[in-house]
Amino acid sequence: MYSAGSYDVVVIGAGHAGCEAALAAARMGCRTLLTTLNMDNIAMMPCNPAVGGPAKGHLVREIDALGGEMGINTDRTAIQARMLNTGKGPAVHALRAQADKKLYQQTMKETLEHQARLDVKQLLVDKVIVRNGCVEGVETETGEVYRCQTVIIATGTYLRGKIIMGDVAYSGGPNGQRAAEKLTLSLKEAGIRLMRFKTGTPARVDAKSLDYAKMIIQPGDETVHNFSFMSDIKTRVQVPCWLTYTNEKTHQIIRDNLHRAPLYTGMIEGTGPRYCPSIEDKVVRFAEKQSHQLFIEPEGLNTVEMYVQGMSTSLPADVQYAFLRTIPGLENVQIMRYGYAIEYDCVDPTQLKPTLEFKQIKGLFSAGQANGTSGYEEAAAQGLIAGINAALLIQEKDPFILSRADAYIGVLIDDLVTKGTNEPYRIMTSRAEYRLILRQDNADLRLTEKGYKIGLVSQERYFRFTVKRDAIERTLTLLRVTPLTPAPEIQAKLRALGTAELRTGISLYDLLRRVEVDYDGLRQHFAILPELDPIVREQIEIAIKYEGYIQKQFEQVERAGKLEAKTIPADIDYAAISGLSREARQKLEQIRPLSVGQASRISGVSPADISILMVYLEQRRRKGEE
Amino acid sequence: MVIDDTISAIATAIGEGGIGIIRMSGSRAVAIADGFFQGAGGRKVRDIQPFRAAYGKIVEPDTGQMIDEALILVMRAPRSYTREDVVEIHCHGGPVPLRRILELTLRGGARLAEPGEFTKRAFLNGRLDLTQAEAVIDIIRSKTDASLKMAVSHLSGRLAAKINDLRQQILGMIAHLEAAIDFPEEDIEQIAAAEVAERIRPVLDEISRLLASAQTGRILREGLATVIIGKPNVGKSSLLNALLREKRAIVTDIPGTTRDIIEEYVNIRGVPLKIVDTAGIRETADIVEKIGVEKAREFVASADLLLLLLDASAPLTPEDREVLALLPGKEALVLVNKSDLPARLEIEEVERLIGGRQMIRISVLEGTGLDELEQSIVDRVYSGQITQGEGAFVNNVRHGNLLRQAKERLEEALNSIAAAMPLDCFVVDLRAAWEKLGEITGDTVSEDIVDRIFADFCIGK
Repeated sequence: MYSAGSYDVVVIGAGHAGCEAALAAARMGCRTLLTTLNMDNIAMMPCNPAVGGPAKGHLVREIDALGGEMGINTDRTAIQARMLNTGKGPAVHALRAQADKKLYQQTMKETLEHQARLDVKQLLVDKVIVRNGCVEGVETETGEVYRCQTVIIATGTYLRGKIIMGDVAYSGGPNGQRAAEKLTLSLKEAGIRLMRFKTGTPARVDAKSLDYAKMIIQPGDETVHNFSFMSDIKTRVQVPCWLTYTNEKTHQIIRDNLHRAPLYTGMIEGTGPRYCPSIEDKVVRFAEKQSHQLFIEPEGLNTVEMYVQGMSTSLPADVQYAFLRTIPGLENVQIMRYGYAIEYDCVDPTQLKPTLEFKQIKGLFSAGQANGTSGYEEAAAQGLIAGINAALLIQEKDPFILSRADAYIGVLIDDLVTKGTNEPYRIMTSRAEYRLILRQDNADLRLTEKGYKIGLVSQERYFRFTVKRDAIERTLTLLRVTPLTPAPEIQAKLRALGTAELRTGISLYDLLRRVEVDYDGLRQHFAILPELDPIVREQIEIAIKYEGYIQKQFEQVERAGKLEAKTIPADIDYAAISGLSREARQKLEQIRPLSVGQASRISGVSPADISILMVYLEQRRRKGEE
Repeated sequence: MVIDDTISAIATAIGEGGIGIIRMSGSRAVAIADGFFQGAGGRKVRDIQPFRAAYGKIVEPDTGQMIDEALILVMRAPRSYTREDVVEIHCHGGPVPLRRILELTLRGGARLAEPGEFTKRAFLNGRLDLTQAEAVIDIIRSKTDASLKMAVSHLSGRLAAKINDLRQQILGMIAHLEAAIDFPEEDIEQIAAAEVAERIRPVLDEISRLLASAQTGRILREGLATVIIGKPNVGKSSLLNALLREKRAIVTDIPGTTRDIIEEYVNIRGVPLKIVDTAGIRETADIVEKIGVEKAREFVASADLLLLLLDASAPLTPEDREVLALLPGKEALVLVNKSDLPARLEIEEVERLIGGRQMIRISVLEGTGLDELEQSIVDRVYSGQITQGEGAFVNNVRHGNLLRQAKERLEEALNSIAAAMPLDCFVVDLRAAWEKLGEITGDTVSEDIVDRIFADFCIGK
């Protein structure tokens, strides 16, 4: 055994979770090692070349607001961006960007390489060394041992990864990578429960073989959007995507070849996600649909590879060719990489605390797809939280936990550790109960202060944030204290604004509530109002126009917050609480919630069980006083 | 779950005694009471001295109609049982004023107390000492189990089906809107706000109809839950028919949760009975028989009174013994039917098995013994041997309140749509309405929304 060095934090895997984890830990002052199977594949996007979308884009903004990297890296490497859902209300506006995949990796790698206190090494970790319930280090396939206080597992889909296409199956990670075969065993030996999940990806095709005349162009927005609150990018190349549709012929070929689909032959055992079924699954489950849409998306500026969004498949190669060639624009398509399914081991996340540390193993954390999620953004969000908490653990500071009312990150992690998941978990806006508060536009207002307090947010970012926050508060106050009377000159201004005249006195604030009135229009008639940065103006308008609904959600949060604030001591013995139902006792014992609020979200724990738990906690508290 | 809002409940046994008490606890208790109490000389509840009863009228705020005369008693925090502000309204003990006043407290913003919640608050707020903790837990547990049983048994099959149907309609809208939000690039048919409004209106109308019928009590019924049990062909249906025919006081017949269970309502000498006849259970196929027995067990578990039928003309069968095994812990009358035929039943054995319960010989065919049966039921009710759980009673109020809240949220959604508020706002109201209806049937799992999205829409990468 060769002792190769010692670190505060070792991160296994340099995907989207691993990169954020390593950067966060290093930026918070920890000596950090990031290990990867392949230095050339750091921050790889093995599936679609896009970042963001509803809820996912919210996550990226939140990661950014806390001082994470994904937003900045996407802004630097984006080749198209669109704001989605603009007609559906401010809470669900969602930014989505196409990234140049290679550039994304290269840019992230450069950031990692230049990060102080961070080493990046190509190593295959075979073993996590655990002694007496504490992590002590990792051992690689070549025999080196790295001592450390904390380890973050960010192994994505690589744990006993198995690639399946038609009747071909072999051990491996995505995109021809190696799989991590031995680490699974080491985790099992440490007492960790694993699950087996499945996901898949469509083919990549040669742009030169496509007939764009038969497809519908999907341009990016003319306005340039950025994810990061720090990005000032004003111009950007906008490469289009292309839309086309499957037809009855496509479906017939797929139906005729179902007997060769691993999904139906029993070759695939893992549980796949419902929200990204393969095309064979779609054709079977939605048999009445006569066509399915697909998007052809560029993988980068310097490649002809195009991603075929909507056509994920693990059918054999000849079938992939046959059905793709029935699609308008793809009649002569040349496939460069076939679609495939991948099966992998992942951690049952109910074994984790909301810090993403294992309850039973001090210093061992797990983040990303290894926790049964799917998506780059979900992975990055967890990586960030694991990295932060590993650093805080080393610094012996209080853990950093975001609630469901703080952030989508809070929703994601609370769902994982409280309810668990039986399919690859995807964040959705419909999973957030306080959606009107958790908007992508106010992620910095929600989180940057918190990020600053734990030492992750830079001075520069914090300064920018305070300027924006103060401008919002100043303007809201000004609007509130500026009265309007039904005087003739005021009425004339209102007529000019195209809104009803006043009957009684109101404030400018009240006037801005009206649907037809906006800030800039108002400013033309009321010189007292300053010109505002568009991001400040947006906050003002949202705060005023949706005040009723937003207020209702804040009240909801406040009510629920009282249960969240009731903490449960770590050493509680559920067996000693008489009156709990058997199921509640068992679930509470397994999940070991941190608060009564978290306990109340566990399925099988009834309101009566919560009442009993509260009585018990009060009893215990008073006994402690005696 | 909320821990410090204002709660309300009927504090006295229903239908017993001349005085009934409704109790509220929480910071808004006084303000809520002021919403419907008109004190003598215009006195407000907030001005009443603690621990001094004040006389006044309980008035329906919308119509000004007087509901009852009442004495009101205010106890200010921390000098009350719960150490919160407590208001007690002492009114006439009949079910109608109690129920209407309870409704007024809920409409004013109080929440119906959970089982044992006053006691729980008393403990959590330090009013009860440590030695009483176990007792508090026992109260919560036992009351919850009892009320859960009641909540289920008093929701008629028809109402449950109706509510489920309304929920499905709302869920369909939510899933469609949420799918469009979460998957904007999938080809999900866009649904215009005006169309949502069109789909909300019929749901709203249906809830209004349910509310109207809830007021008259036609759907949300009350009655002593009485279950007739016995082996096949022992005369269960005949007994039911006899009771109904005798009285000619059938209110209505309401099919139960399954086609095999019949619920009938009959008024026996002033005592309302909801009789469940398990006779509809078919005895042909073994599997069905088994389901029937299980169903019967469920009904037995939630019954206030059992009428157990035995056949006087035949020896005890294993089926009889199975039915007799349902008796422990239940209030029951054992009826030996077919007593007009030669007796072959082992009476001594039966007496041993029924553990001191009253046995009455009847012949449904000849109509003998039925008077004695009726008298026995009535005696038991008046002597307090049988008490009707307050489940039905309170559940009616609870259901009505939840229906009203669901209705309000749907109306808010319509207002939002009319005011051109965006989708992400009014879907909040739809979700709230869906959750309120779910509280009636006990289904409140939010994962359903995600399930429905993936079931209804083809989404993929």
